[in-house]
Amino acid sequence: MKHAPNAGVVSANEGDRPSAKAGRPSLPGRKLGRYGFNAFCVAGFVFLLAPILVIVPLSFNAEPYFTFTEGMLRLDPEAWSLRWYESVAEDDAWRRALVNSLIIGVAATVLATTLGTLAALGLASPSMPGRTLVTAVLISPMITPIIIVAVGVFFFYSSLGLGQTHAGLILAHAALGAPFVVITVTATLAGFDRTVLRAAASLGAGPMRRFFRIQLPLISPGVFSGGLFAFAASFDEVVVVLFLGGLEQRTIPRQMWAGIREQISPAILALAVFLIAFAVVVLLTVEWLRSRSASAQRSVH
Amino acid sequence: MKRILHLSATAPRLGALALVLPLLAFVTVSFVIPLGTLLGKSAYQPEVARVLPQTIAELREWTGDGLPSEDAFAAMARELTALGENRPELARVSGAINRVQSGMRGVLNRTARRLARTGQAGSWRATLTGIDSSWEEPATWLAIREAGARFTLRHYLHALDLEQRSGGGIAPKAADERVYTPLMWRTLLVSLGVTLLCLAIGYPIAYMIAASPPARGRILLLLVLVPFWTSLLVRTTAWIVLLQRQGVINGFLVSLGLVPDDGRLQMIYNMTGTFVAMTHVLLPFMVLPLYSVMRSIPKSHMAAAVSLGAAPLQAFRRVYLPQTLPGIGAGSLLVFILAIGYYITPALVGGRTGELISSQIAYHVQTSLNWGLAAALSSILLVAVTVLYLVYSRAIGIERMRLG
Repeated sequence: MKHAPNAGVVSANEGDRPSAKAGRPSLPGRKLGRYGFNAFCVAGFVFLLAPILVIVPLSFNAEPYFTFTEGMLRLDPEAWSLRWYESVAEDDAWRRALVNSLIIGVAATVLATTLGTLAALGLASPSMPGRTLVTAVLISPMITPIIIVAVGVFFFYSSLGLGQTHAGLILAHAALGAPFVVITVTATLAGFDRTVLRAAASLGAGPMRRFFRIQLPLISPGVFSGGLFAFAASFDEVVVVLFLGGLEQRTIPRQMWAGIREQISPAILALAVFLIAFAVVVLLTVEWLRSRSASAQRSVH
Repeated sequence: MKRILHLSATAPRLGALALVLPLLAFVTVSFVIPLGTLLGKSAYQPEVARVLPQTIAELREWTGDGLPSEDAFAAMARELTALGENRPELARVSGAINRVQSGMRGVLNRTARRLARTGQAGSWRATLTGIDSSWEEPATWLAIREAGARFTLRHYLHALDLEQRSGGGIAPKAADERVYTPLMWRTLLVSLGVTLLCLAIGYPIAYMIAASPPARGRILLLLVLVPFWTSLLVRTTAWIVLLQRQGVINGFLVSLGLVPDDGRLQMIYNMTGTFVAMTHVLLPFMVLPLYSVMRSIPKSHMAAAVSLGAAPLQAFRRVYLPQTLPGIGAGSLLVFILAIGYYITPALVGGRTGELISSQIAYHVQTSLNWGLAAALSSILLVAVTVLYLVYSRAIGIERMRLG
């Protein structure tokens, strides 16, 4: 795109509009620029999504390869199969990994959500002392490089006898998940109208009743989506498990790590498709909660 | 009256504190203290001093010239004999001393074994030097004394590729002996490169989402959020599937005849793999802050600039771009902070040439068992991240971080 650098400014001062137009690229040139820009954006989206989309069809490969076989491209039904899904479903190791992931994920989420919601309520109070510092400490597990968290937790928890236990992993994952809850609930509380609570108090509701009957239902979308974040973080966490967990604590990501490191087989792709589906469900739920939270706060007014 | 007023001011403070305290205590115990312990390990090493107390005490008296006294030899022999019955402890101590001077593991193990069998023969000095001639060298005793110091900066020197000169003073190691400083530079450069790539790809994407009509914008945003939510291991696996020699891209190029079958491209297990996969993983962290800033810029600004005669590119550069600077800052800092400590993706797709500082931390914890060095490397990384984190929270505000 070519144009005279200062044409616009000069002509605006002189009030000479037509010459400013002359300084702009011609219509086809602008069109070309727009096409180029759009093509670049589309390429960006392809870069983001293609890797995820490619593994979906490949997980149905009848052969143990990571390329599309000729048969697959001809849509030959023989070349497509569910064998990798069956092998994952029949494998005890994957089933145990799923159970471990669920136990650790759910327990860590309950812990993180309860403590995180309470903390967010405290932080939202205008009289909270040292808010910036406290927030920084509470958020720090999210920013600290996971390798450092894993190594620190490994040394300390092992010395307490929490190495290679579910409890150790639950505590570590809860600390990692709590910042997400604090952030989402704080964001929800920012739009929360406290006059509702004063109205309830003037009508005779006690503090417990005000919290459970009025405030909690109104901020529940934020609490739920924070909980989902915390669960997803635990469900996808591998480095802490790698250092702190033993054979008995193998989670899904840990099992995948082993699969990628040792011998990557298309069975991992079948599992990956399951995890992509899980991600889409979580994403849609979070978006739905977000829109509900927005409309709930509008309807209060 | 004054007291009541005072109480009414403190009660809500206490209430707020009481709500925050459970999580604060939890994070302190489960996260802050473990991190502190790790940092402590980088400079505090009580093991050798605990297991060889008399030897270390004797060696403190020693000037360092010539050989230590017969008392030091005797203490060493006594404590090594006792250690001979405690194999794991012996392994730990000999390992720690071996890290100060290589070869010491063998000397200590051999001496402990022989002492248990033969006992004293003449003076302790004659006994030990009879077992291994290394006991005649002052360097052996210097190494033991150094490993016996409770507080040390040795691990930091090691991590920064510095060494103590024999004549005193600290100097950088010879260029071909440096291991960690080149890796730190590489980590910084890769993080910077990934940040710039994310900005170059993410900026137009965020702009497109913000400029689209609401319905289409929402769909495009979802397309960015799908990879954001997808498991990190899944995304890394996907890149392995795409980039490996027998993978999708090579297969496609070969079938088109662009690349011969025996000349398939090596795009993974090297720096390319690290760059591509890390950019992909971190891209949403760039797009989301950019988008939330761009969304708040009224479309009328650009239109006004253009109607005043600015060419579109000029209007963009002088009107739109400056308003998106907060988003550029937030996204870049976030991506850089995440990239600098990245472990999973480089470890899986980086191979030997694409590994970052985090891989060395993992190596020294799991394989070489040099925990002091791992702790020192962790501390250096943590300081870098903390500085960036403080910049981020000052400039952008940590509470304003948007998730998903």
